[in-house]
Amino acid sequence: MSAAAEPLPPEPPVPAGTPVLEVRSVTKSFGAIGVLRGIDLVLGQGEVLGLVGDNGAGKSTLVKILSGFHQQDGGDIVLGGERVSFHSVAAARSHGIETVYQDLALIPQLSVYQNLFLGHEVTRLGPLRFLDKGAMRKLARQYLDDIHVYVPSIEAEAEQLSGGQRQAIAVARAVRASPKILLLDEPLSAMGARESRLIINLVKDLASSGRVSIIVIDHNYAHLFELCDRINVMQGGRITIDQRVHETSMEELTELMVSSYRRQLEEVQNAGA
Amino acid sequence: MPPDAATSAAVPEASPPGQQQDPLSPRNPNLSTGRRILGLFLYQRELTPVVITIGVFLYFTIRAGSNFTDSLSLSSAAGYAGPIGAIAIGEVLLLVLAEIDLSVGQVFLFCPWMMYWMHNDGLPLAVAILIALLVVCMVGAVNGLITVRLNVPSFVTTLATNFILYGLVLVESNDQQGSPIPLSGQTGFISQLMGSWKWAEILWVLAITIFLSVMLTRTRFGTRIIATGGNLVGAAEAGVPIRRVKVWAFVLCSFFAGLVGIVDSVKYGTLDPGNFGVDYILYAVGACVIGGTALTGGRGTIVGAFIGAILIGVLEDGLTLIGVSTNDFFIYVGVVIIFAMALNVQFDRLIARSRVR
Repeated sequence: MSAAAEPLPPEPPVPAGTPVLEVRSVTKSFGAIGVLRGIDLVLGQGEVLGLVGDNGAGKSTLVKILSGFHQQDGGDIVLGGERVSFHSVAAARSHGIETVYQDLALIPQLSVYQNLFLGHEVTRLGPLRFLDKGAMRKLARQYLDDIHVYVPSIEAEAEQLSGGQRQAIAVARAVRASPKILLLDEPLSAMGARESRLIINLVKDLASSGRVSIIVIDHNYAHLFELCDRINVMQGGRITIDQRVHETSMEELTELMVSSYRRQLEEVQNAGA
Repeated sequence: MPPDAATSAAVPEASPPGQQQDPLSPRNPNLSTGRRILGLFLYQRELTPVVITIGVFLYFTIRAGSNFTDSLSLSSAAGYAGPIGAIAIGEVLLLVLAEIDLSVGQVFLFCPWMMYWMHNDGLPLAVAILIALLVVCMVGAVNGLITVRLNVPSFVTTLATNFILYGLVLVESNDQQGSPIPLSGQTGFISQLMGSWKWAEILWVLAITIFLSVMLTRTRFGTRIIATGGNLVGAAEAGVPIRRVKVWAFVLCSFFAGLVGIVDSVKYGTLDPGNFGVDYILYAVGACVIGGTALTGGRGTIVGAFIGAILIGVLEDGLTLIGVSTNDFFIYVGVVIIFAMALNVQFDRLIARSRVR
C-alpha cells in the first residue's frame, strides 16, 4: 500500500467547528521517565475518539491528566476554546469531564441504584441527610430504561452482576452527570463477546445523541473501528498517527504503526551513531 | 408491593431482561418457602444470631428455670452485655470501613475517669461530662487522623492509643480506685437515667444501636461508610471523601463508648484503674462477628453486634447459674465466634453466587 510509505498526512483530520477539547504539547514525567512527551490531540463535538498504543505508551496517564487525577508538567488543556487546569478529579468533573476507570468504581456491597447515585445521593433535608431510597429507585429505573441498560434488578448488589452489567452501570453513572466529555479507560477489558456488545451498543447510543464527546482507550481494533469516528495511535509518549475510521482500514492502520515504529527506531539508531 | 414488582412478574422469561428480581431476595414473589427462608437469613444477617440467642435463652430457662428468668439474673446478663455492646456497635462502623479500633475498650474506661477527675477539681458535673466526651471525641479524631494522614494501619494506631490511655489512667489515678462516682446510687431521675437504674445502661446501648443502625442503612453518611469499606479506590473516584468518612467513624465510635462508659461508672459506683480495655475490645469484636459483621469491609450490622453482645451476656450469666465453671465460658464463646464467622463467609459466597444471567 502506498499510504504506508508516505509520511504522516500533512493535515490531520481536525473536526469542523470549535473542538470540545484540545490538548496542546502536554508533557508528563514520573521521576526521570518521560511518559508523555508532547501530546497534541483534538476532540470534536459529539466525536468518538479511539486511543490505542502499547502498554506504557502513556494512554492511561493522558486520561488521568484529563480527568484531574494527575497534573501535567507542561502544555495546555483547552476546553471549548478556554484554557483550563485541573487540580483534582472534582475540578475536572465540574468542567464536565467524567471518567470510567479501568478498575471499576462500583461498590460490590451496594445495590445497583445506590451505586448509580453514589456521590450524588438524593437526600431529604436535615442534618442527617436521610436517603430518599424510593425516589432513587424510581429515578434509577427510569434512567436505566432511557439509556437501554438492563440489569436483573436495581435492588441487586453490584457483586451479583456480571462484568458487563457492572461496566454498564459504571458508564451509566458517569453519563448521569451529563458530562460534555466522557473518558473510557479500557471499558471492554476482560469481557466476553456478549458483554462487550452491551457496552459497545451503550456507547454508540450515547454518541449518536451528539451531546457527549467520548475518548475510548482499547486494545481491540475491531471494537474501536466499530465505535469510533477517529483513531489516534500513541507511541512512546506521542501521538504518531491520527486517522479517520472511514478513511482507513485495520490493515492500513497496522502498516502505518509498523512504519512509524521503524522510523522511530531509525531515529534512535541515527542518534546513537 | 411497589408497582414494579407487578410489572416484572408480567414480563415473560424469554423477553429482553427487564427489571427482574434478584433470585434469593425476599422481594422476589416467585419463591418456594425453603428458598424464601434461606433468602431471609442471607439478607437479614441479624436473624441467625437472634435465633441462636433465643435458643440459648430457652435452654437456660429450661435448665435453671426461674433462677435464670428472674429480674436479678437477667439484669446481670444485661450487665455483662452492656459494656460489650456499647463498644461493639461503634466498632461495626470501623469494621465496615475495613479498619479496626482497639482503643475503644480503653476509651470506655478512660472517659469516666476524665469526668471523675474534673468533677473532683471542682467543675460542675454537667461540664465535666461534656468535657470528658469532647476529649474522647478528640481521641477518636487523633486515631482517625493518624490512620488516614500518616498511613499508619488503624490496628497499630489504636493499639498505641490504647496503651497511652491505660498509662494515663494509672499515672493520674496513682493506682488508687476512683470513688465515689457522682450521681451513683442516688434516686433522682437524672441519676437513674445516667446508670443507677439497673436497666439504664442496656437501654442506652439499645438506643444507640437504633441510632447507629438507622445512620448506617438510611443516611448518606452510612452509604459512604459502606462504599469506602467496600471499594476504597472506587469510592474515592465516585467523589466520596474517604478520609473524612473514616475520621468521623473513629470519632463516633469513641464518643458512644465514652458515653456508655460514664453510665457504666455510675452504675457500679467505683472506677478500677487496673481494668484493661483490651479485655473489653476482644469480646466486642467477638460480638460483631457473632452478629454477622465480616472483617473484610463493606458489610456489617449494628443490630447484629448488639445481639452478639446479648448472646455473650446470656451465655456468661446462664453458664454461671447452671453451675458450669467460668473457665468453660471462654470455650463456649470461642466456639460460637468460629461458628458465626464460618456461617457468614458461606452466606457471602451464596449471595455472590446467586447472580442471574
